[in-house]
Amino acid sequence: MTMDLKERMLKSKGVILRSWYEHLLSTYPPETARFMKREPNQFANPVGHTIRRGMEAVLEGFLQGSGEDSISAPLDSIIRIRAVQSFTPSQAIAFVLHLKWILRDSLREDIMENRVSTAELETWDSRVDRIALLAFDIYMKCRETIYENRVNEVKNQSFRLLKRANLVVELPDTKIDPDPGNT
Amino acid sequence: MAKIPKASELPLGHSIPQTPWMETPVEFRPGTWCYGGKPKNLEVVGLPNPREWSPTDEDWKLPDNWKEIVMDGLRERLERFRTLKVFMDICVRCGACADKCHFYIGSGDPKNMPVLRAELLRSVYRKDFTTAGRIFGKIAGGREMTLQVLKEWWYYFFQCTECRRCSVFCPYGIDTAEITIIGRELLNLLGLNIDWIAGPVANCYQTGNHLGIQPHAYKDMIEFFVDEIEAVNGVRVEPTFNRKGAEVLFITPSGDVFADPGTYTLMGYLMLFHEIGLDYTWSTYASEGGNFGFFTSHEMMKRLNAKMYAEAKRLGVKWILGGECGHMWRVINQYMDTMNGPADFLEVPKSPFTGTVFENARSTKMVHITEFTADLIRNGKLKLDPSRNDHHRVTFHDSCNPARGMGLLEEPRYIIKNVCNNFFEMPPNTIREQTFCCGGGAGLNTDEYMEMRMRGGLPRANAVKYVHEKHGVNMLACICAIDRAVLPPLMNYWVPGVNVTGVHELVANALIMEGETERTTDLRGEPLLGFEETEDGDDEDI
Repeated sequence: MTMDLKERMLKSKGVILRSWYEHLLSTYPPETARFMKREPNQFANPVGHTIRRGMEAVLEGFLQGSGEDSISAPLDSIIRIRAVQSFTPSQAIAFVLHLKWILRDSLREDIMENRVSTAELETWDSRVDRIALLAFDIYMKCRETIYENRVNEVKNQSFRLLKRANLVVELPDTKIDPDPGNT
Repeated sequence: MAKIPKASELPLGHSIPQTPWMETPVEFRPGTWCYGGKPKNLEVVGLPNPREWSPTDEDWKLPDNWKEIVMDGLRERLERFRTLKVFMDICVRCGACADKCHFYIGSGDPKNMPVLRAELLRSVYRKDFTTAGRIFGKIAGGREMTLQVLKEWWYYFFQCTECRRCSVFCPYGIDTAEITIIGRELLNLLGLNIDWIAGPVANCYQTGNHLGIQPHAYKDMIEFFVDEIEAVNGVRVEPTFNRKGAEVLFITPSGDVFADPGTYTLMGYLMLFHEIGLDYTWSTYASEGGNFGFFTSHEMMKRLNAKMYAEAKRLGVKWILGGECGHMWRVINQYMDTMNGPADFLEVPKSPFTGTVFENARSTKMVHITEFTADLIRNGKLKLDPSRNDHHRVTFHDSCNPARGMGLLEEPRYIIKNVCNNFFEMPPNTIREQTFCCGGGAGLNTDEYMEMRMRGGLPRANAVKYVHEKHGVNMLACICAIDRAVLPPLMNYWVPGVNVTGVHELVANALIMEGETERTTDLRGEPLLGFEETEDGDDEDI
């Protein structure tokens, strides 16, 4: 990516973010999208606020060419929400891939007039792909936490009950003797 | 160069229903609904239509005249409950409630808006019970009661925790919780309960508590905690069971007997009562403060609640002290006195240590433990060392029912501030009357509902996350057993690093007891500040 292109993208960051956020809002029912956009209080509108702030940080990291470490936390805040909403896994993370097309929109004139090379575009695309893969990892981790919560809850409710009612007795913890011959 | 499609021209890969809400059928996504009530649990309390069924079955095995049963049931309730009639008629759909529901905020599903959830019932009411609806049908907002509508009722009336946050914002004072309560009553006429409610109701009725813990096991379990306490501070507390002639009967939710972290709260009660020398008894029959009958029908609530007074009468106590529970207090505060009272055989509760008369409980004869403990602290009756909670940075989650159902806002805070040095409030629009639900109240705290619970608890978790990041909060205190069960997985998902505690666990940590050995750990066995090294001191050479 040329410095020039990166600078231009950073300058259009506001427009790109707006389009990207609008796209994500379109995955919600219209009345919900309106609410997420309109309500400014972060505690009254935690989903809209968290997603908007997360997208801004992801985009900033992406345009600056930061590593995955700095993108991972804000991306997590978005995916963590979408992982428990009524989306299929692909629907939950598809918005990441859509960034490719939003970037193309913002470069439309440059592309048409061959001021941006295919190689440059492919570099950008591959970096979006990396974020999408990262999103997939986060999504899976979130879903695993849900199932882990279920298992822990069942264990906590039933096993401790049996134990406290003296219906099961666990073997006491013993230290393994490193030298069994000396007994 | 080929034409580059615009971002807005691309297929989105997702679809928002294009049909109006009335014609959009409900989709049973796993994780967002609870298992259907088992026949044995319905049979034991005489609920209608017991049979094996699953909400995802096409055929719900309903009686042939199910529609007639529902419409007759609605008619009867409209005559019986003036509130229902008023709530059906006066909503102007202003939308003030729409974005106040935790399930709506978390899910984004418009049918979780309180106004629309109520509209599910209201549309049927309009069609059959209003002149405009009878004549103009859909144009007047009316719709036919169909199987699809019934399934929608079931799905969404079990996606409301009856927390009443929406009612705080309604300019007409419509209480959507009461609409959900009636909705669930109507569903119960057809045997359409969830098993997480039906099971506890049956067990509570048959055995005395939600899990069906029998008297000997209940006693064994509390004695287990006696040993645990002795291991922490060397003091042996001596609880009594079913003791006639005790001054006070203590009733708490059974959740605190078998599930962490509620168990530590229960240890807190035992320690407090021992230290002040309260003449009290546990009951192995009235061994449940919770009342899942409240989530079934008014009749079932009354039936399960009655055992509290019956046991108080049998034991001949003067008054009842109640533990940290949520909906139990709404039942006591709002319904008990007129349902099963007046309890003339009991005395107006008076603290034997401070002489304070609990005027607010003059009628119900039942005092909330945070009122009791706050009064003890206020009158200097407890020796406390708040530094023993210095390893905790605490915030307080107002449980919906004590906060909105009985205005219990100050007492828990007063106690926490006296037993902890580090207390931080969450933002004002997420606490007190505006508190956000834990996401699992009203009988929805079951594991198969985990995804929905994560949605519903999102606004609460978001506020906890804020104080966690801003003040380093690592402990979320509450006064409800359902909270203590629901909040830990919620924190594990949204705000790892925050644990959950009852207020009386914090009290017990700080409580200086007569004859205690040096305290180096809290009730959980975690080292107090300054004692971190002693725990693994033995391992230093390894």
